Amino acid sequence: MSKQVKQLDRVIIRFAGDSGDGMQLTGDRFTQESAAFGNDLVTLPNFPAEIRAPQGTIPGVSSFQVHFADHDILTPGDAPDVLVAMNPAALKANLADLPKGATIIVDTHDFSKRNLDKAGYAENPLDAIGDTAGPLADYAVHTLDLTGMTVEAVKEFGLSRKDAARAKNMFALGLLSWMYGRPTDTTEAFLARRFAKIPAIRDANITAFKAGWNFGETTETFVVRYEVKPAAMSPGTYRNITGNLALAWGLVAGGVQSGLPVFLGTYPITPASDILHELSKHKGFGVTTFQAEDEIAGIGAAIGASFGGALGVTSTSGPGVALKSESIGLAVMTELPLVVVDVQRGGPSTGLPTKTEQADLLQAMFGRNGEAPVPVVAPQSPGDCFDAAVEATRIAVTYRTPVFLLSDGYLANGSEPWRIPEVAELPVIDPAFATADADQPYINDDGEFEPYRRDPETLARPWAPPGVAGLEHRIGGLEKADITGNISYDPANHDFMVRTRQAKIDRIAESLPPLQVDDPSGQAKVLVIGWGSTYGPIGAACRRVRRAGFDVAQVHLRHLNPFPKDLGEILQRYDKVLVPEMNLGQLSLLLRGKYLVDALGYNQVNGMPIKAAELAEAIGHLVAEAEGIPADQLDLSVATSQEVHQ
Amino acid sequence: MTIELNMPTFRSGIEGVPTLEEGQTQTGKDFSSDQEVRWCPGCGDYAVLKAVQGFLPDLGLRRENIVFVSGIGCSSRFPYYLDTYGMHSIHGRAPSIATGLATAREDLSVWVVTGDGDALSIGGNHLIHALRRNVNMTILLFNNRIYGLTKGQYSPTSESGKITKSTPMGSVDHPFNPVSLALGAEGTFVARTIDSDRKHLTSVLAAAAAHRGTSLVEIYQNCPIFNDGAFDAIKSPDTKADAIIPLEHGRPIRFGAPAEDGLGSRGLVRSASGGVEVVDVAEVGAEAILVHDAHQPDPTTAFAISRLTDSGYLNQSPIGIFRQVERSTYDDEARAQLATARGAVEEAGAAAPTERLAALIGGGDTWTVV
Repeated sequence: MSKQVKQLDRVIIRFAGDSGDGMQLTGDRFTQESAAFGNDLVTLPNFPAEIRAPQGTIPGVSSFQVHFADHDILTPGDAPDVLVAMNPAALKANLADLPKGATIIVDTHDFSKRNLDKAGYAENPLDAIGDTAGPLADYAVHTLDLTGMTVEAVKEFGLSRKDAARAKNMFALGLLSWMYGRPTDTTEAFLARRFAKIPAIRDANITAFKAGWNFGETTETFVVRYEVKPAAMSPGTYRNITGNLALAWGLVAGGVQSGLPVFLGTYPITPASDILHELSKHKGFGVTTFQAEDEIAGIGAAIGASFGGALGVTSTSGPGVALKSESIGLAVMTELPLVVVDVQRGGPSTGLPTKTEQADLLQAMFGRNGEAPVPVVAPQSPGDCFDAAVEATRIAVTYRTPVFLLSDGYLANGSEPWRIPEVAELPVIDPAFATADADQPYINDDGEFEPYRRDPETLARPWAPPGVAGLEHRIGGLEKADITGNISYDPANHDFMVRTRQAKIDRIAESLPPLQVDDPSGQAKVLVIGWGSTYGPIGAACRRVRRAGFDVAQVHLRHLNPFPKDLGEILQRYDKVLVPEMNLGQLSLLLRGKYLVDALGYNQVNGMPIKAAELAEAIGHLVAEAEGIPADQLDLSVATSQEVHQ
Repeated sequence: MTIELNMPTFRSGIEGVPTLEEGQTQTGKDFSSDQEVRWCPGCGDYAVLKAVQGFLPDLGLRRENIVFVSGIGCSSRFPYYLDTYGMHSIHGRAPSIATGLATAREDLSVWVVTGDGDALSIGGNHLIHALRRNVNMTILLFNNRIYGLTKGQYSPTSESGKITKSTPMGSVDHPFNPVSLALGAEGTFVARTIDSDRKHLTSVLAAAAAHRGTSLVEIYQNCPIFNDGAFDAIKSPDTKADAIIPLEHGRPIRFGAPAEDGLGSRGLVRSASGGVEVVDVAEVGAEAILVHDAHQPDPTTAFAISRLTDSGYLNQSPIGIFRQVERSTYDDEARAQLATARGAVEEAGAAAPTERLAALIGGGDTWTVV
């Protein structure tokens, strides 16, 4: 039968199932297909901290949301248009996030009494389909025995029933791929590669995937296919990339562009471990990865490697940063290059290991004893983690300082299409190792090396790894005398050195480009300022506000310490400044302290990215206040609904 | 006929470190920095510093390729007084810093200077993992059995019951035996020596430097201010023959007043419990005495010998090299993996790093928008 094809400008699909159901893989494959098709996309994986929480329970539900569109999009979407639920718990856990009218595709196979009990359903919600008072009344529900059809489709391969049923995620993927006209060759090639060593499993997965597609084609359950055309993107070669992968590659690039061997000293921690996994594959680039006995040894070894002339890197999350604080202070005092990657997660303490948060900003800024300034750099999207890592390397090497690179769980695991940069466009970073040439400014008239004689432009001290005769010197955590680097307890020297270390970090601002303020009309009275992964939701929210006919300006900070030189002047230009953050107002505090500006917070700490629609409401109210528009004339719903279905 | 045993060939601990040019010589003075030494008068650290400064020229290494890394404590000031490269780091962390340095740089001779508090309290984790990994470095553990820099609290090697500023009724802590700990942590070179016996100290340093892997040298070191006399029994000419159990590879372990054969009248034999015990040689016969085998792969006997150390006041202690066995080192293995990966890159037709970076980020599933 011929199917009707309906055009959509964007769709949000959430795949949800038990943590053992392969939902992350399913979502990832759908994403790769959409990327290959040419849509713009943003993803949001969401999974429990437990590797295998009790099967069939709400805490065990794992989901993957993908938002794909025919235009430039910034967020994984607030609410799914389509939910694929593989069991009762997945249905129950996600139902509240669905807007009215959403489509639900349910695998009915696991809706047994036992599984309904585990999910906390007293009655089977599927029995009440069609009942206008039932829990599913507001949705278009398709009930299918995905598992049963999968087992039937793969029976020729002689797998156990359990193994056969495990291919159900590929059946679901095949069905959704048909429904949205996704290209299938990349997934077939992927499955052939992934299960190359187990032919029966390989063939079963590929067969299930094709069977899902064919089911969509032939069944009368689905009468409509949807088309989301490729997005117009600027010319270039693209790939889909997660933040952790981009960050790891950015560190490889930092090594290549500086000519330094990268040394990662680290301890496994969620959600940063993938950086270790990725870098461990790049020994051919001279990358050493050291899995230490603890967080402290990880950074200690990185500092030792930096002393030896390598690019020392340590990667962790918030709890690990707490353990590394003293060592970061040592790197501040010894003025050695070091990149400290903090993939932030929900805190405090162990907190929410697999959820996202931005609450380590003040820890990065101030979480050390003494006056210990450390530059802070933050990426704004998964792909941007690459450039941010190169920038952190540039600052660390040029200014001989530890640098914080603040990613977060959403950036780490989320993905987006990334325009692959030309390597020739990347900055070249000069390590400028010290030499024993007598005419060097840090060699005094007696021919002695002065390890704390600074470069007048950057205030950086010479970096003199062991192995050069004539540059033998000792560094350490005790206060250093200016120029000689000898131990000094002199009060005036300490005061001078504290100020000088701060001045060196402040000096980095001289090397930063001017901020890009997005203020299309030039008439905005409200400025929304953010940092890190809130870039997407803030940008999407500002677009909604503008589409509703209001003016708003946006600026996003890559550098949190030091702030760019023009930030103060930009803040002064606007009547109101709003700071959306996934914390209780950490950037707000810094902006208020430094610029005496009445920065207002929009704060959310629920472990999830900020929702653009909710933020748009908040921005709208502030705009109305600033413009003197009565609140009842504020209607952003037009903009919102237009965006969903054009 | 020769038999290929396929045994790994082990290298010296200083192999790969640049040596002096032919005809070049160094003296202890070359290793003295211009910094004033500021330990208390009579501190055992002076003797160790002199011994190290006197010994380093014997290695024949280029001074700029020697690095001393220390933690926090009296002994950790050591690097400032040596005109080599050095880092006076933070409390307990020197082994981790040295691990990164030694792994990143094969051409350096890396030394760690630490104390009983630094290495065994706050830095205990790093110490045992350095030993386990067998990173090529020499750790000098100055054991004065007291906290000196914080002015006299008991340390993890202080005897139980010790009265100090923080334990007016006596410490209720049981002490570590650093040698037992190192052996239990898979140490491949474990030795003990004494600050005041320069000849023995120097010979142990030489063996430690020659060993490829983590060498742990416990140095009994007197603190004249807070724990004076802690080692008197093994230092006093009147008592030391009975207090020191000398360990020399291939020699029977005998000590005490000389017997008729000129060797000590007491010696070690295996005990019924599976350990070792002290006996009168005359009672068991000289042939029954245990011959020290530092190269024995099984550390059981070395551990048993280490247990003869007094945990209270030190009236008896085995001194010498307990264990010296060969095992591949972490840093060599890590560098070998890098070399293998680089070899594969070269075999594939080595492109410039920038070209390989472009291939990395541009590989896999990509699409082009024109």
